[in-house]
Amino acid sequence: MKNKLFFALLIIASLMACNDTADKTSTVTDNAATENPAGGQENVQDDASAKDVVKVAVSSKDHTTLVAALKQAELVTALSNAGPFTVFAPTNAAFDKLPAGTVDGLMKPEKKEDLQNILQYHVSLAAMKAETFKDGQVLGMVNGDNLTINIKDGKVMLNNSATIVASIPASNGIIHVIDGVLLPPEKK
Amino acid sequence: MKYSKQLLPIFLLLLAATIFNSCKPKNAGSAVSSDAASKSYVAPGKYDEFYNFVSGGFSGQMSVYGLPSGRLLKVVPIFSVDPEKGYGYSEETKPMLNTSHGFVPWDDQHHLDLSQTNGEIDGRWIFANANNTPRVARVDLTTFRTSEIIELPNSAGNHSSPFITENTEYVVAGTRFSVPPDDVNGDVPINSYKQNFKGYISFISVGKEDGKMDIAFQLKCPGVNFDLSHAGKGKSHGWFFFSCYNSEQANTLLEVNASQRDKDFIMAVNWKKAEEYLKAGKGRKQSVKYAHNVYNEKSHTATSEIKTEVTVLDVSELKDICYMIPCPKSPHGCDVDPTGEYIVGSGKLAALIPVFSFTKMQKAIADKAYDGEYEGIPVIKYESALHGEVKKPGLGPLHTEFDGRGNAYTTFFVSSEVVKWSIQDLKVLDRVPTYYSVGHLCIPGGDSKKPNGKYLIAYNKITKDRYLPTGPELAQSAQLYDISGEKMQLILDFPTIGEPHYAQAVAADLIKNKSVKFFKIEENTNPYVSKGEGTTKVVRAGNKVDVYMTCIRSHFSPDNIEGIRAGDEVYFHVTNLEQDWDVPHGFAIKGANTGELLIMPGETQTLKWIAEKPGIFPFYCTDFCSALHQEMQGYLRISPAGSNVPLTFSTGTNMPKADTTKTL
Repeated sequence: MKNKLFFALLIIASLMACNDTADKTSTVTDNAATENPAGGQENVQDDASAKDVVKVAVSSKDHTTLVAALKQAELVTALSNAGPFTVFAPTNAAFDKLPAGTVDGLMKPEKKEDLQNILQYHVSLAAMKAETFKDGQVLGMVNGDNLTINIKDGKVMLNNSATIVASIPASNGIIHVIDGVLLPPEKK
Repeated sequence: MKYSKQLLPIFLLLLAATIFNSCKPKNAGSAVSSDAASKSYVAPGKYDEFYNFVSGGFSGQMSVYGLPSGRLLKVVPIFSVDPEKGYGYSEETKPMLNTSHGFVPWDDQHHLDLSQTNGEIDGRWIFANANNTPRVARVDLTTFRTSEIIELPNSAGNHSSPFITENTEYVVAGTRFSVPPDDVNGDVPINSYKQNFKGYISFISVGKEDGKMDIAFQLKCPGVNFDLSHAGKGKSHGWFFFSCYNSEQANTLLEVNASQRDKDFIMAVNWKKAEEYLKAGKGRKQSVKYAHNVYNEKSHTATSEIKTEVTVLDVSELKDICYMIPCPKSPHGCDVDPTGEYIVGSGKLAALIPVFSFTKMQKAIADKAYDGEYEGIPVIKYESALHGEVKKPGLGPLHTEFDGRGNAYTTFFVSSEVVKWSIQDLKVLDRVPTYYSVGHLCIPGGDSKKPNGKYLIAYNKITKDRYLPTGPELAQSAQLYDISGEKMQLILDFPTIGEPHYAQAVAADLIKNKSVKFFKIEENTNPYVSKGEGTTKVVRAGNKVDVYMTCIRSHFSPDNIEGIRAGDEVYFHVTNLEQDWDVPHGFAIKGANTGELLIMPGETQTLKWIAEKPGIFPFYCTDFCSALHQEMQGYLRISPAGSNVPLTFSTGTNMPKADTTKTL
């Protein structure tokens, strides 16, 4: 009886310990490599080094939606790599401004490509400080589309919609916190 | 339900293992299958199937590994001094590192290309580039030693090099940094880049029999950054393709400013046409200065010659040599498939991989399907040259190699993976992660007409937690994949020397039987050779002393030398008399502020040594050669300047006391 209890506790402990990796491990099969290109530097145990853009986002309570979306879009590995990245990081409030149900819809497995497209539209390969942006500057984003910088009253805006409200340096780039979600241009 | 007490610990262990496994990051542990070990296992004493020549990046050297074991066989010094081998320290090898800037002891070695005949690796030589002080080297694959180094004028940052044409007619070298040409005043404002900076591409001819290199001609091209290149082959033989970025011609913060345009270019060069112009005398002789260094394996001595002229063809005037093909977002890799029909450009900031068709490109040129000019060079319409695009292949495409079965394999730096795709229908077939941040990849013969699609090796820039930590600097790595099946399978990874930037691999059979075992002593033409102990001597000329010395298991001749005076410049010319495989001798003398000598059987090498102050200076053999290796030693006596101690030398006989005034 004692043994049973012990095992039960152990099992519970093991489940709890693996909470956030549980769904990952369930997909580890023979063709895991093909289905899951992710799985890289985000797993490196290192609490001493400066945080990368993913770890910075994870540590922010205002970016839980973004972090969940990055996980769903399998962008965590890429953004944990060497970069350098400029990440425009919409706050939870920015996501909340989208029409009701938009985020939930994008988090569905069948919408993964759309989610990837949108999130990759928030990342550019180069570490660009806010003060280096120029009005009218065009940035090529990771999804292949362009984004335009606007400077208004000293504030940096993107596509005349979202505004940079804070900038946080990270080990592999820089995060600009923005107050709106950027939507890629419609595909021709 | 009851558990027996004996089973309990086992069950606990299993459970713990389950927990441990389920918590393990989705990492190599899960990506490696159980037969990986047997696939990469080469039993002790057995040979590997392939040689893998791996560039050493910032080490300046080339390392040689066996595949599939990943065993390090040798580090070949090319562009950096190597005190271990005496390379760059012995008088014979010093000229190898001479340049127009004088002796340069280090460089950054990025790419390698094996010589080819009819588009297939012929196993004769391997070429290497030096980035920093632009040079190209040729390494002989019978000796695994650097035979020749040629410097490149009008260049800075020789990156798109040393790629070869399909019969090794030429090795190319495209400048990464455009700079003002060498024969004009380069003292110009940096922001006059657009007016004053030019990008030069060198075509270095290679002697059919002896491999001797010579700059046949240079192309004066627009001021951009040339990144990588590959020759056409088969139907596209006669053409060369160079990726170029910074078509914006930015001269500061390229991280941002060289990424402004949606498309940069692949520059297609019709080098047969350039040859015609050269013959027709359209080239301009330009006054320059560059070193050409050759190592002679008979005299075991390098010579360095400074050359003063190159012939330059201006491609903005000679219109039909070069054509620009638009290629998205800072193209890096520029790879030609085994048929020569498809040219893969990899824009490192692009969201797709464009594949160009040589046939369509030719038609576009015939039809003049141009989109204007770039700096006087016709720009072919993107669509007119395009075979198709691989859509959403991954993030940060870099380099592509081929398996000869219609598949291409591209590395992705940002998403850290290798993606297999079909050239014909441009469909992604498979993807595997790399640990971490892959740059180049290599398939044996993967950039030739005849790849051997058994293995793929990915060269990673970052290893972090892959190996036991070694402080802030960690090894970079190679990862070996079995690609013989439909899916790529990771079977091994191993740390490498320096930065394993690019690599070549070839079946061992093509090289191993040609390997030189020793140098024939009777063919040694070094002016300071001693072909037997009877001819050893010590000769003074002023304050210069030449010691003609031999070594054989297990003594030096002479091993007692007296009459050297403080301030003397002593040259130890050491000949290894052995005529046996794998018996080098080393030579080191106390206080030598250079390196050692490592002398191959039959070879003569020379160490320059300044006699510093009176005293006894021992010398000895450094390469464990025999049971009496530790007895292989000698003494050299230094007397004060102006001393009358006679010059004597001997082995095995105690000389009569010449100087009775001095006893301890």
